Amino acid sequence: MATKKSVNLEQYQVRKSKGWVNVLISIFLAIWAIINLFPLYWMFTFALKDNPQILHTNMFGPPDGPPSKWFWSNFKEAWSTGPIDKFFINSIIITGSTIVITTLAAMMASYAITRIKWRFSESVNRIFMLGITIPMQASIIPVYLVVSKLHLINTPISVIIPYSAFSLAMALLICNGFMIQIPKELDEAAYIDGCGRGRVFFSVILPLMKPAVATTAIYTFLQCWNELMIASTFLTGEKYMTLPAGMAQLFGSHTTEWGPIGASLVIATLPTIVFYILFSRRIQDSFIAGAVKG
Amino acid sequence: MKSKKYDGLTIFLFLLPAIILFVGILVAPLISSFVNSFFEYKGFGAKTPVQFDNYRRLFDTNETWFKPSVVHALILAGLSVFVQLPLSLGLALLLGRGIKGERFFLSVNFLPVLISTVVIGQLWLKVFDSNGMVNALLRMVGYLKEGEDNIQWLADNGSGILLYSCFVPMLWQYVGYHMLLMYAGVKSVPTELREAAKIDGATDWQVDWHVVIPSMKQIIKVSVIFAVTGSLKSYDLIRIMAMDLKVKDAAVPSTVLMDFMSLRQEYGVASAVSVMLILLCFFFAITIGAVFKERD
Repeated sequence: MATKKSVNLEQYQVRKSKGWVNVLISIFLAIWAIINLFPLYWMFTFALKDNPQILHTNMFGPPDGPPSKWFWSNFKEAWSTGPIDKFFINSIIITGSTIVITTLAAMMASYAITRIKWRFSESVNRIFMLGITIPMQASIIPVYLVVSKLHLINTPISVIIPYSAFSLAMALLICNGFMIQIPKELDEAAYIDGCGRGRVFFSVILPLMKPAVATTAIYTFLQCWNELMIASTFLTGEKYMTLPAGMAQLFGSHTTEWGPIGASLVIATLPTIVFYILFSRRIQDSFIAGAVKG
Repeated sequence: MKSKKYDGLTIFLFLLPAIILFVGILVAPLISSFVNSFFEYKGFGAKTPVQFDNYRRLFDTNETWFKPSVVHALILAGLSVFVQLPLSLGLALLLGRGIKGERFFLSVNFLPVLISTVVIGQLWLKVFDSNGMVNALLRMVGYLKEGEDNIQWLADNGSGILLYSCFVPMLWQYVGYHMLLMYAGVKSVPTELREAAKIDGATDWQVDWHVVIPSMKQIIKVSVIFAVTGSLKSYDLIRIMAMDLKVKDAAVPSTVLMDFMSLRQEYGVASAVSVMLILLCFFFAITIGAVFKERD
């Protein structure tokens, strides 16, 4: 039955679609793809040039064209002298901690909302969901004032907590979607065996939530890794900056050598790109899961 | 089973981490912003109550760019809904038909979302530089004649050109974002439905228009809400491309907010900006939701 249907469809596509329309569509898609790949090309070539090549202007040569001479030494210089390695480690610590806190908080809340029957679970869930519409700008001032009063400016914790709070609503949404699909009989069987709520959560539910953990982690990563506003306000010392804040600072400073800065950009972006190429399907799916269920 | 009292405590304990984050970073600061917006506060010393003075100052164009900044954000929202989203929808529909290299195009088009805005901003600064690609291209096609000056795409000189130079990358970067959302919607249309329409003699375009788009209403609503609230909150690319929080031509509510907060340290006025921003976000989220509901 199924095969018959799909054969039918193919016949129709062959018959219906006109050749030149398909050619036009392909050309449009190709041009759009090139535009979207251009930043990568630009960044890599920028990283391989020296100052005269970057600053001298010619449309198809430098600064936007390919380098006339390749300066691989930029990478060495960027890594050994530039603070980019520090930014990198800071970013990993901050994003990593945010992922752990957000995922755990969302999982626990989701368990209480979807798997325990009580009167206000629906309303509590709705209140949490308001968090999706609240912009970071809403709380940046009071949080900043409190953080500076507690002398926590320039500490990772000062951005980890706000990041976690602002990723929470979406994480909860994703977790709810997954948790609701786990059959209730599992919990009941565990209760009959004498497990308490905590035990059920940690030994029955959590192990089944691996796909949800991956999805929330990826979504939270996308939220925090490139965040600039909070990072550049709360982390002002070079020692503590994340990649976006640090790179913004690098470009703002009046450097004489642009090549190594270009190389820093590549070093900063490369892990995301590699990660994306390896897991693109998964990343796309989690991204969709996050937004569609809203 | 367990007694009710015991359950109440368990529920509370499970919700506790989320409640701490939610109340501590969202609810309490929101209330505090609201209260602060009626005071003059420099970050130290006493808070002086000033009633609606902060709001009055916001709407005084001699003092801040808040009013134009809201207009700018709304223009961006309009462009986003009527230019960016149709483009995203078109891409999603094309890719959803099962074109060759579907996954490749999907991945490549989403790529700009992942690249740091700092990198994207630097790239577009070079593209719009007075000696950059855009001017070189205009010269090549003869729009800029011999002896004519290059166009200053990035100058904050009252011509308003800077705003649109910033909008181009802002709109471009997130086309892939909305494309991916909508692609999910396209793919969720049951294959049987498509096939049935095709067997009845519908062309690809007719299937898209009469079958796929109507079933994507929920996703389009999400996209529109994200596009509008995203435009209201926009900050990063403007910050990088305008290079100055006191920018006039490309002022957006967030640059005004950051100007009052980090440069002038007038937390009362800054709070007033954030209150206005929250109200605008909620207003549009609710209105858009209602508009989509009415069309049911």
